[in-house]
Amino acid sequence: MRAAPFALLPLLAVTLRRHRLRLAFTIASIVIAFLLFGLLAAVRNALTAGVEIAGQDRLITTHKVSIIQGLPRAYLTRVQELGGVRRAASLSWFGGIYQDPHVQLVVFAVTPNYFDIYHDLRLDPAEFAAWQSGRTAAIVGEGIAARYGWKVGDTVPLKSNIYRRRDGAGSWPVRIAAIYHSEVQDPNTVFLHYEYYNETVTFGVDAIGWIIVQLRDPATAVAIAHEIDAMFANSRAETKTSTEKAVAQSFANQIGNIGAILSFVVSAVFFAMLLVTANTMAQSVRERTPELAVLKTLGFTGVSVLSLVLAESLLITLTGGTLGLAAAALTTAALAGQLRSFLPFFQIPTSAYLQGGLYIAALGAASGLLPAWQAMRLQIVSALRTG
Amino acid sequence: MDAPLVEVHGLTKEYRRGDEVVPVLAGLELQIGRGDYVALMGPSGSGKSTLLNLLGGLDMPTSGQILIDGVAIEQLSSNELAAWRARNVGFIFQLYNLLPVLSAERNVELPLLLTDLSAAERRRRARAALALVGLADRASHKPRELSGGQEQRVGIARAIVTDPLLLLCDEPTGDLDRKAGDAVLDLFDALNREAGKTIVMVTHDPRAAARARRVLHLDKGVLTREEG
Repeated sequence: MRAAPFALLPLLAVTLRRHRLRLAFTIASIVIAFLLFGLLAAVRNALTAGVEIAGQDRLITTHKVSIIQGLPRAYLTRVQELGGVRRAASLSWFGGIYQDPHVQLVVFAVTPNYFDIYHDLRLDPAEFAAWQSGRTAAIVGEGIAARYGWKVGDTVPLKSNIYRRRDGAGSWPVRIAAIYHSEVQDPNTVFLHYEYYNETVTFGVDAIGWIIVQLRDPATAVAIAHEIDAMFANSRAETKTSTEKAVAQSFANQIGNIGAILSFVVSAVFFAMLLVTANTMAQSVRERTPELAVLKTLGFTGVSVLSLVLAESLLITLTGGTLGLAAAALTTAALAGQLRSFLPFFQIPTSAYLQGGLYIAALGAASGLLPAWQAMRLQIVSALRTG
Repeated sequence: MDAPLVEVHGLTKEYRRGDEVVPVLAGLELQIGRGDYVALMGPSGSGKSTLLNLLGGLDMPTSGQILIDGVAIEQLSSNELAAWRARNVGFIFQLYNLLPVLSAERNVELPLLLTDLSAAERRRRARAALALVGLADRASHKPRELSGGQEQRVGIARAIVTDPLLLLCDEPTGDLDRKAGDAVLDLFDALNREAGKTIVMVTHDPRAAARARRVLHLDKGVLTREEG
């Protein structure tokens, strides 16, 4: 005689098909919950990707008031001269447009040593040398190059939605000198020479956006940040220096505390799903009370009946959760191309899939446990009378 | 002489309703031999269904002993009792209690899910049991596609498919018209006479009771009279 708790599992598919419409609605609710979970995880990943890749040995110096306020160019030299600073590079937002005025490109004007600080932007040395020697040359990411079909040697006209050219020309012709590759950085950025930018714009001349500071020793980060800010205290452009990670986090937090919003939305959705699924299971068990009593009469143990109900619950959440995560993956893949300019890391991280798997198991167990317990404990004689 | 299949000694059963104790069976003594066919009769509340439930291990006595084939079932744990029921008892209910989502064959196969038989062997035995009750051609039908009499015959096939020692029937003809009821009683006759099955049947119907070899009358929890 088989006493296995899974003796009733052959019944699983049949019992689940009993109320197809109710089952379909329940699964649809779970699909939507996990679709939302996956999409929110992709948004969070996109907004916080900068935080994850930020270097420990890098500081960012910005205007104390706002990141969009420029700093005097001279600050770069003064920062560079500090003892604990290995390198300092400047970065200025250009606001690039190419062909379609509605599509914003990520274009920065940088000092050449920027690429000495960011080693994860891989460049062909010959191409990099060509960029260094060409005043109107640009380095572009492999993503944007592929999107527009740009090749090394091409000249493309870029416009800005911030600046006008001093000479009245409509655009900035730039020659693609190099294409960078990176596994961790946004592959859609365009880098111009700061000098080319500075000598052509109509305003903000001799200003830089912010300064990237590479330290000799990451342990000196706090001290050097204070030193930099103290150096420019009471000047017309006071500074705020933070670690790159803190800046990236602060940038992400401008949209709100993403983690808290995500947790709140996900918790609310999952709590609602817990109630929906638990209600479905409770209703299902209540309707089948006499049948479960018959099964126990025939010799199935309480644990067998518990396993049947729990397995039903888990199968419902597994089906809904898997379909939901798959739908989220497909939606994310479909949207990633359109959002590439603004959210280059719009994708669901592996950790979110694992977290989703845990939620599926937890939701299935939590929603099925009480009805399964009741089914296990039901008294045969009184349950048969309810038929 | 064979030992009785069922021996009941000093069997009492009480239910609690709040602070009130409601006695249902009061010190019952009973023996049922192997191959016997017993009808339990009595007014509502006399304790006949309670006795049937206790004999089938569906409920536990307040005191007393129930020996079935030498096993004191009141001493078994809930899991042991479940395994014992699966091996030794076939139940037949007044309202058939078939699973509506399963075909007749799958309903009959249910008790065999607890055995180590292969799926093919389970199906073979289920079909054989259905053939025995004259429903081989209804194997794929769901309960709602069968008449009451046919449903009860599926219930009988499910009860006998494991070849149990004891068949316990609770008002098996109570929901059937006369013709269908007679067909079910004919089946019981055949199972008792030809297959030697021991049958205990609770019934209000004197025509059904007349088919049994012994008729026991219960009233207020005690055996008051025996016929046959």
